[in-house]
Amino acid sequence: MDMSELIDPFARLIEDICTPAAIREIEQGGDSSAMWNAFLESGFLDALVAEESGGAGLSLDAAAPLIALLGRHAVPLPVGDTMIARALLAAAGVEAPEGPIAIATGAGAVPFAAVASHILSGTAQSPALTAAKVEATGVPHDVDAYVGEPNGSALRPIAAVLRAQLISGAAGRVMEMTVAYANERVQFGKPIGKQQAVQQQLSVLAEQAVAARIAAAVGARSGLQPKLADAAIAKHGASLAAGQVAAIAHAVHGAIGVSEEYDLQLLTRRLHGWRLADGSESYWAGILGELRLAAAAVPTADFIRGA
Amino acid sequence: MFETLTLSALPPEDEAIRPALRALIQESIAELPIHRRARSWQGFDPSFSRKLGQAGYLGLSLPKEYDGVGRGPFTRFVVVEELLSAGAPVAGHWIADRQSGPLILQYGTEEQRRFYLPRISKGEALFCIGMSEPGSGSDLASVRSRAEQQADGSWLLNGQKIWTTNAMHSDYMIALVRTSGTSADRQQGLSQLIVDLKAPGITIRPIVDLTGDAHFAEVFFEDVRLAPDALIGAEGQGWKQVTAELAFERSGPERIYSSVVLIDAWVRHLEAVGRKDSATLRLVGSLMAQQAVLREMSLAVTARLVAGESPVVEASLMKDLGTSFEQAVPQLIGDDLAANPNEPVDPELYRTLIYVTHIAPSFSLRGGTREILRGIIARGLGLR
Repeated sequence: MDMSELIDPFARLIEDICTPAAIREIEQGGDSSAMWNAFLESGFLDALVAEESGGAGLSLDAAAPLIALLGRHAVPLPVGDTMIARALLAAAGVEAPEGPIAIATGAGAVPFAAVASHILSGTAQSPALTAAKVEATGVPHDVDAYVGEPNGSALRPIAAVLRAQLISGAAGRVMEMTVAYANERVQFGKPIGKQQAVQQQLSVLAEQAVAARIAAAVGARSGLQPKLADAAIAKHGASLAAGQVAAIAHAVHGAIGVSEEYDLQLLTRRLHGWRLADGSESYWAGILGELRLAAAAVPTADFIRGA
Repeated sequence: MFETLTLSALPPEDEAIRPALRALIQESIAELPIHRRARSWQGFDPSFSRKLGQAGYLGLSLPKEYDGVGRGPFTRFVVVEELLSAGAPVAGHWIADRQSGPLILQYGTEEQRRFYLPRISKGEALFCIGMSEPGSGSDLASVRSRAEQQADGSWLLNGQKIWTTNAMHSDYMIALVRTSGTSADRQQGLSQLIVDLKAPGITIRPIVDLTGDAHFAEVFFEDVRLAPDALIGAEGQGWKQVTAELAFERSGPERIYSSVVLIDAWVRHLEAVGRKDSATLRLVGSLMAQQAVLREMSLAVTARLVAGESPVVEASLMKDLGTSFEQAVPQLIGDDLAANPNEPVDPELYRTLIYVTHIAPSFSLRGGTREILRGIIARGLGLR
């Protein structure tokens, strides 16, 4: 299948329904059902569901660009989470609800739980679905929330791979916005992007955005039950990049970047949230370190190749 | 932006060469201590280079008609990865194999190809690159060494190169020199010449570095007469050729594995002392995760070379990230070891750590400084 046949319509759908105004409305507690129904009716929520179960049967690898688009446009609903949840539920023979599903993998704030109807926990083989009973984080305009009991720590690897892909999409957009801003904003008689100090920072931003994308791709290559090492590499790399990308983007944008009305914050607030969700870079470093020391005699080049 | 960089798998036929190559490497360097292996691509052993050439591991991307192996950048990636992982001494053939060979293939005349390429593939023609001069480091377009073409077509070369890696061990230098115009013409009027380093009028003085090694040198040219066919490519096109050549130089796995021998020695140390606390695990895992992403990036850049592109910006991006990582490694491992002062550290690991710590600044100097690379990336971003 030519992936552009899927990616282009999905991009148009998101651009139509996830305008910055629509995102802000949902973040401020507005009704999200219209946006959600558009995703539901599009059929994309079943992209990862096997064809025999009525889905598109895409591999996670093939669907990764769709998930990155969700990050790129700061979609405020758990569309990627629901894609993965529906695939796991279908494989387990459980019927999926129509509403948005958030994936809870720990005691911390769960991405999109505040706008989810259901919470997925359990394991990849036997996923458990519960109605969302959430507790607000108290952070203004937050779509993340605490969910209490349901805890699917066994789903942490796939959730981490998903989060890495979202970070990758958002980081790419932040890079483009920041470069464009540096070319427009004039100080000292020329665009700030002509200043070497700013150019050097933007180069680092670009490096980190590319590193996040490559790291995320490593996570997506082994499917809905990712190899632990792949998930660790993906989320470590994406989380490491997320913090730096957000910091440099804000530094270059100056004060306008931290204003509510400017769209950069829609992306950078997500970058920080996704960095912490489903295990930060240090969490995944610990996991990978354990795997490495269990094979101490193996050369690093072999270990990272998975040989 | 940079969407062309995507995960790329090595072809199975290239993966398949690892076992035999690894056996050859292990048999050749069994006695080499770890701190010597940490020299990585600065370790010089011409007999090992010839052995690799005889076994068909050099000239991988050169066509068979020039006695090359007729494979490509992916095969070379595997060979380089195996050599660097083991810490094999590869300096002898490194530059010829990585960039001089491909440069001669791309821009050389048929006679030049037939003369140089078979010897490069056998590990018998060792090359160095004459770029930097006392007054020209990052500002490469300001080179002042000058070759004047004589009435009979020959060249008369005068000037000086410096920081030339392995000049004292090399047979040839591919030098970037001015052949027309003046310094004010900048990138115009520069050419690349193949200089036979045994020619009269050449003086080579090794420069000792802070580790006690002498891996680079200064090279003086005093009325050096070169045959008309010393010119490689077109007169005045040197800058364009050098830019393409630097994409080869900057993109390879040598920009991510310079500290890997140290990492491996440290991991074996951690196992020997049985240290598995969470701070240790996180540091180990963080280095592995970064190394893994860098490898995928290097492979992604290699895939662009395979596709026939000259990924100048992508290679710069990868090299800056890669060398930053390589430089962080000795700092972090040094801190880790010294944070456990009651833990005995094998003197061999200590020597390796200190060597890599001291030489690490060069990782982001050789092949283009960090600041220059970031300038190239900024241009790729449309900022200049």
